[in-house]
Amino acid sequence: MPDPILTVTDLNVRFATPEGEVRAVTDVSFSVHAGETLGVVGESGSGKTQIFLAVMGLLASNGRAAGSARFRGQELLGLRRTELNRVRGGDMAMVFQDPMTSLNPYLRVSRQMTEVLVVHKGMSEADARKRAVAMLERVHIPDARRRFDLYPHEFSGGMRQRVMIAMALLCQPDLLIADEPTTALDVTVQAQILDLLAEIRRDLGTAVVLITHDFGVIAGLADRVMVMYGGRIAEEGPVLDMFDRPCHPYTRGLLASMPRGDAAAGGELAAIKGQPPNLQRLPPGCPFAPRCPLVIERCRLAMPPLDPLGANRRAACYRAGP
Amino acid sequence: MLTYAIKRLFGAIPTLLILVTIAFFLIRLAPGGPFDDEREIPAEIKANLERVYHLDEPLIQQFGRYVLALAQGDFGPSFKYKDYTVTELIWGGFPVSLRIGGIAILLAIAIGAGLGTLAALRQNSRLDYTVMGFAMTGIAIPNFVMAPLLTLVLGVHLKLLPAGGWGGGAVRNMILPIVALALPHIAYISRLMRGSMVEVLRSNYIRTARAKGLPERLTILRHALRAALLPVVSYLGPATAGIITGSVVIEQIFGIPGIGRYFVQGALNRDYTLVLGVVVFYGVLIVLFNLLVDLLYGLLDPKVRYD
Repeated sequence: MPDPILTVTDLNVRFATPEGEVRAVTDVSFSVHAGETLGVVGESGSGKTQIFLAVMGLLASNGRAAGSARFRGQELLGLRRTELNRVRGGDMAMVFQDPMTSLNPYLRVSRQMTEVLVVHKGMSEADARKRAVAMLERVHIPDARRRFDLYPHEFSGGMRQRVMIAMALLCQPDLLIADEPTTALDVTVQAQILDLLAEIRRDLGTAVVLITHDFGVIAGLADRVMVMYGGRIAEEGPVLDMFDRPCHPYTRGLLASMPRGDAAAGGELAAIKGQPPNLQRLPPGCPFAPRCPLVIERCRLAMPPLDPLGANRRAACYRAGP
Repeated sequence: MLTYAIKRLFGAIPTLLILVTIAFFLIRLAPGGPFDDEREIPAEIKANLERVYHLDEPLIQQFGRYVLALAQGDFGPSFKYKDYTVTELIWGGFPVSLRIGGIAILLAIAIGAGLGTLAALRQNSRLDYTVMGFAMTGIAIPNFVMAPLLTLVLGVHLKLLPAGGWGGGAVRNMILPIVALALPHIAYISRLMRGSMVEVLRSNYIRTARAKGLPERLTILRHALRAALLPVVSYLGPATAGIITGSVVIEQIFGIPGIGRYFVQGALNRDYTLVLGVVVFYGVLIVLFNLLVDLLYGLLDPKVRYD
């Protein structure tokens, strides 16, 4: 496997709130390799988005990140804003969940796109326009030249997400982080956007981090999957392996709760009983213990380490096994 | 956009008519009249005066006469300033009020928007608390307290600036009234600006701008400022109309020959036409500036459509 381009080590993200400290991410370590697609799965509040907001230096003002996040060898945490601005939007770009609000409603799409090239590449406005229109065509926006100078509200939801993706790709990043890029879109549009991401990975060789709560989205696109629960990595491994032999009881629960085409029609979907953990009062042991069907005494006392489990797989569970 | 503006202007006519009606009858409700003086005037002279100015007619007839004249742009003669029409008085005072009011509001926008933005960028810092504390004070202290205080400290004790008078429009004479006029608006605008800027900075598209690696200055000026200014713009409509027609209190305290002073004296003297003239003038300006604000909104926000 090629060298990792992003290496996150012992990342912790905390938020200071009036009600106390919220531990959004706890002791998370992983890498992303050049050209690969890493799926990050978890429910709301599992910390999956906060990991990457921390990496991008985009945490809310009451958030603090500790640990290390190296992008192509350069430490990002604690980097000065001017230094960070050289990396983000250039070699590392991010696309957000809601394309309706993530584009600036007061500025033309053309301005929002060209400024990226002017700032990062020092391009002239005219050159930047040419490159930006080409990129819009690249993400299959019909009639791109005419639409270039429209405002975001004159685009449909799917088209806006294409604009967001085109904007992120302008400087040919090595890593594209897509945070629930299809959640806010219609089902048919979702499929088109996922196809586009697959095409980008194939044609441009961009490494993609795909953050989602939907295992179905991961299945077609990711090489590797990282399952998050309660701010920690529950399990990690190659995508097909994981679907065939989930090791962590939470992953098993997630897969069982997913509607699958091959399951007997009319069969009931399984639900994971209980509620996700309160991040202000995490238990000393495994955060999934209160909901776990396989829980033993030890689970409640100490957090199981994220141990290797055969080739390329890791799981944080005392009872992990095929 | 032009048809929209014209439609709005025609729509303003009923509004102004209501304003004129209420003002006309309200001032007549006040006891006394323009020719009641401490020194009694002989009855036949007073009757003559009232006949000349049509004050002997039934009130409703006077009202009709006034509105008809007004429709032709005639504000009538002043009852107290003999040989002057109300129009002449207003056009005499307006340039003065416009000059200090205009400078004051521009000052208020620049300083208020600047301070508000700084406070929002350094939210909950010492700077933020200082600016907001200053703003709170500025809003809480009425200008009839602030103006004499400024005069006392800068004019009387330190003798830096003239304590009052117009001096034919000398810059030295304008500074204190402009500052006194601008202060509450600076305070109010900076609070508005801070609030809206804090909100905008939390929005998703600002996060996108930062994710794109734009320099902070560009993020603020290009991506945040426009949306953050919208509430300030709505405030500016009525505020500008109010400030350029002359602050009653400030012009009285500093002895400035603007419209505000005529309004006070007109009201005290029961100079009916002068008071009404100033009210109508003020009403027209409010309508105009509100229209201007709505047009400005269209420039700032591409989602606004005029139809």
